[in-house]
Amino acid sequence: MKKDEVPQDGDNLHHGTFKQLFYAVDHQGDYTTATSIGWEPENVALSQAWDEVEQRVADTKAKVEAGALSPIAYYMERTLLDLPLLALKAGKFQWQVKRHMKPSVFKGLSDKMTERYAEIFGIPASTLRSGELLPFKRPA
Amino acid sequence: MTQFSHTQTAHCESGVISNLFGHHGLHISEPMAFGIGAGIFFGHLPFVKVNGVPGSTYRIWPGAIFARACKRLGVEMESHKFGSVDKAMKALDQMIDKGVPVGMQSSVYYLPYFPESYRFHFNAHNLVVYGKDGDDYLVSDPIMDTVTRIDTESLIRARFAKGFPAPKGKMYYPLNVPQEVDFNEPIKAGIAQACHYMLKIPVPMFGVKGIRFLANRVKDYPAKVGDRRAALYLGNIIRMQEEIGTGGAGFRFMYAAFLQEAGSLLDKPELNDIGRELTIVGDSWRNFAANAGRVCKARSADNVSYGELSKMLVQIAGQEENVFRRLSTVKL
Repeated sequence: MKKDEVPQDGDNLHHGTFKQLFYAVDHQGDYTTATSIGWEPENVALSQAWDEVEQRVADTKAKVEAGALSPIAYYMERTLLDLPLLALKAGKFQWQVKRHMKPSVFKGLSDKMTERYAEIFGIPASTLRSGELLPFKRPA
Repeated sequence: MTQFSHTQTAHCESGVISNLFGHHGLHISEPMAFGIGAGIFFGHLPFVKVNGVPGSTYRIWPGAIFARACKRLGVEMESHKFGSVDKAMKALDQMIDKGVPVGMQSSVYYLPYFPESYRFHFNAHNLVVYGKDGDDYLVSDPIMDTVTRIDTESLIRARFAKGFPAPKGKMYYPLNVPQEVDFNEPIKAGIAQACHYMLKIPVPMFGVKGIRFLANRVKDYPAKVGDRRAALYLGNIIRMQEEIGTGGAGFRFMYAAFLQEAGSLLDKPELNDIGRELTIVGDSWRNFAANAGRVCKARSADNVSYGELSKMLVQIAGQEENVFRRLSTVKL
């Protein structure tokens, strides 16, 4: 890539506040560095990844509100976790975490376990217990 | 307070090497660190999925560049992992008090200074902490353009994030850095290893073979997983290729910059030539990403476009194979 071809597509999720460093060649063909505020394909892929997160959060929210899943499922998606990672963080087996996603099991969860989940999700334990679903904000 | 000379780099691991070694008087550019550490690689791992999407890598696994660069340059590192947060933070404070900048492994999800849109659960980021100011730690994060800071609680969360690979509070600092290094042998060893990893690993997912392996799978994405997931798979290839801390084409350009620097240092113009060829391969990767981005954006998958992308990858594999075959025959 030539230095003057280093892309500057600022239409991204961090609005050009962040510059990435690249190695590129100058007119003599020698390597030098240049910064880029963004590149369209990357912006597309990144925004697609966030669309996907947003979609999953919304789907899960609907299921929690319909009483099919517990708030654990909602907050897992909201903190961008998946089942293996959440189980690892909670120090439980995946099947146990999956059980905690059943509303009936969630109701009987110990205070200690609820607090552990709340800490992972970065929310107050009282919020998690009460079943309040704090909004998800995608970076914009 | 310790002064730390911060230079922004393209990649966190080679960047920390360059900045940290430089602090101790061993001046080495980021591409040189990357090349001596044989950082360039390719791997496609369809079974290692994050959120159901298979992963690709354009570089060697985390920590390898560091370990190899240290070994080849004769740098002695001290590295610790911790079971307890208290011990980890105390150990960090002690080193900072002594004026020793400390490298550490962290999760990007908990770095408040990081662009929010990049904050996913990725645990193999590297940064340097070089001081403390009240409740904040002073940070030289190689991918940021300037030094920054982080509050204690966030740093603890970042250092003790769970998941793969778990940092477990890992911190490291040089014990002994040679001031005068003969770069010849380290460069030779780095190049030999890179060629071996790109050409000779007998596993279809790795090296040049891995690019062909990915090409084969891309072609069948829409039929196998449906339009929506196919686009997600493709999006992930681009992100793994272009996102900060990774960089597919970026790593090709960085390695080309290394070959150029090595060519001048060892007076081997052939390395410069091969570097120019690799620059062309990097451009092909970018061309691939641009086209893949278009397919993602269109959202309507058709087998033709995925077939085209697959062909581009086959071509890239061929180009990369030529580069590394030629590189492996250079008499150094």
